[in-house]
Amino acid sequence: MADLERIYRSLRLIRRAEEEVARVYPSDKIKSPVHLSIGQESIAVGVCDALRHDDIVSGTYRGHAAYLAKGAPLDRMMAELYGKDTGCARGKGGSMHLVDMAQGVLGASAVVGTTIPLAAGFALALKREGKGRVAVSFFGDGATEEGVFAESLNFAALHRLPLLFVCENNGYAIHEPTAKRWATNRLVERAASYGMPAEAVNDGDVLALRALVIRLVEGMRAGTGPAFVEAKTYRWREHVGPNEDFEAGYRGRRDLEAWQATDQVVRIGGMIAPARRAAIDAAIETEIAAALQFAENSPVPDPAQLTTDTYA
Amino acid sequence: MPDAAPRALSYVDALREAAAQEMERDPRVFVMGLDVDDHKGIQGSTKGLVDRFGPERVFTTPLSEDAMTGVAIGAAQAGLRPIHVHIRMDFLMLCMNQLVNIAAKSRYMYGGQVKVPMVVRAMIGKSWGQGAQHSQGLHAMFMHVPGIKVLAPSNAHDAKGCLIAAIRDDNPVLMVEHRLLYPLIAEVPEAPYAARLGEARVLRKGTDITLLGISAMVPECLRAAELLREIGIDAEVIDPISLVPFDRAALAASVRKTGRLLAVDSAWTMCGASAEVAAMAAEDAPGVRIARLGFAPTTCPTAPSLEHAFYPNPAVIAARAHVLVRPDAKTWRPSPEAERSVTGLNFKGPF
Repeated sequence: MADLERIYRSLRLIRRAEEEVARVYPSDKIKSPVHLSIGQESIAVGVCDALRHDDIVSGTYRGHAAYLAKGAPLDRMMAELYGKDTGCARGKGGSMHLVDMAQGVLGASAVVGTTIPLAAGFALALKREGKGRVAVSFFGDGATEEGVFAESLNFAALHRLPLLFVCENNGYAIHEPTAKRWATNRLVERAASYGMPAEAVNDGDVLALRALVIRLVEGMRAGTGPAFVEAKTYRWREHVGPNEDFEAGYRGRRDLEAWQATDQVVRIGGMIAPARRAAIDAAIETEIAAALQFAENSPVPDPAQLTTDTYA
Repeated sequence: MPDAAPRALSYVDALREAAAQEMERDPRVFVMGLDVDDHKGIQGSTKGLVDRFGPERVFTTPLSEDAMTGVAIGAAQAGLRPIHVHIRMDFLMLCMNQLVNIAAKSRYMYGGQVKVPMVVRAMIGKSWGQGAQHSQGLHAMFMHVPGIKVLAPSNAHDAKGCLIAAIRDDNPVLMVEHRLLYPLIAEVPEAPYAARLGEARVLRKGTDITLLGISAMVPECLRAAELLREIGIDAEVIDPISLVPFDRAALAASVRKTGRLLAVDSAWTMCGASAEVAAMAAEDAPGVRIARLGFAPTTCPTAPSLEHAFYPNPAVIAARAHVLVRPDAKTWRPSPEAERSVTGLNFKGPF
């Protein structure tokens, strides 16, 4: 039960925080493009809940979910979106470059696929450290078309790195479906051919994904090398921005409705006693309100900060 | 310096000694790159390191320059100190995305939360048919991007000092190494020492013109200065050593004294390091007469007759300097005998 409540809390926090981002967005208080994870939360939560605190995750520009699921603070994320000095990147990264090294969240990148080999490099260091820590690389379906994806699978397998590849396959690269980009959809086979366990979770089931990751990571900690997970999912909002975009015609609302029918926030919430759920929900609303207040009240970066941290 | 007695050492041996001493000192330092652990050891610059430090700290890579650069960056963010070696600078084009979009920017765009202490060693080739894709000096592309340091030592002493400084630096550092410099011998102290980055060296004092050479063009400028001496022109020769950070004050002081600058690069002039040097001199010493030399504005050919015309050489440098110093004089070019007497840098294959 404690597991379910923790998972629900994480799913719900991400969902509600991003809904608040979307609500605030028209006010122009958020000074950053936002790529919302609404509908995709179960992947970050299912994976991160299977990890240790000292494990490492590497996310993408659609990275609010991974950042929050790994335990990084909401207030510093909101402050970053607001362009404030208290933001996780001190107002220099914005929504696409969330980072929290203390919580094991590597910095995200806006150039698709670029962080996959970085996670491999981090995993190389973790392997040498020998404490059983693992790294997780989240990336989208588009990133699997980049050369570094194949290069990183090969290197990670060759060196038996403690690295879990997690493809968040939401079916679209911006607005282009995989059918227009992939010769075949045998992604799991492609990964498996490098000699690593590779499995798919096709329905967004957060508990199934979590159980799979627990199993895969157990082996990785013992030195069996990398593993691969394709997690199918669906982006409910537009590629970038706070709104829906079904009127654009590149995908149909019926697809959305199918995924909403199995919404993991609702599903896991339904497994928890209503009184407990209400208490969790209330705490989340309090946390979000406090984070927005923190972002509102924080100072903007002084112009003197313009060139600091160009070099270490 | 009683414990740092100079010895004669080649540039390539100085590089290897620097890497070995830093790996001895700091277990976080490691070397990666295609062929760093084979019997040739990157022209000898990594030879023997795998025997001494083991395959975990000296390992070859798949031909995946893009991902391997990302691996180096990730390892650096995790606290290790990688040296990523490329036997030709031309291959850095495959690393460009990682170096420009990630390595250079991580410190800044992640709000100071990470450091990227990595070294990228890249060699410029020349002669014996290196041709279009084994000859390029692409350092200016990296000088353009804030967040990367760019070093181009021209002698064995500075090669050791620069590589040690690069390894100890908490930023991504590109080491520009010219293949033809590798056999050149200089006095090199045995004890480790780090070059002070951003401190140029005046290799020859003079009053009539400043010759600023970059990488392999430094020895060529020194030879040109000898040719100019024969006709009574006293050239000062500057080696910036470090292109980013650049010793602007040393350049300004020299050109204010001589009133003339000839910047000579082991690269093209268009938007190149020589263009930046010229701009800094023009800003800091208005009125100074400026010219630049570099690769011919075309692709590097392989036939020796064409290749000879592609590169600046001491005679070309001296003739151009003469025009700057004596603009009204008759055209002058060193005699073929004089030219031959200063021809030093050459290379015979196969590799």
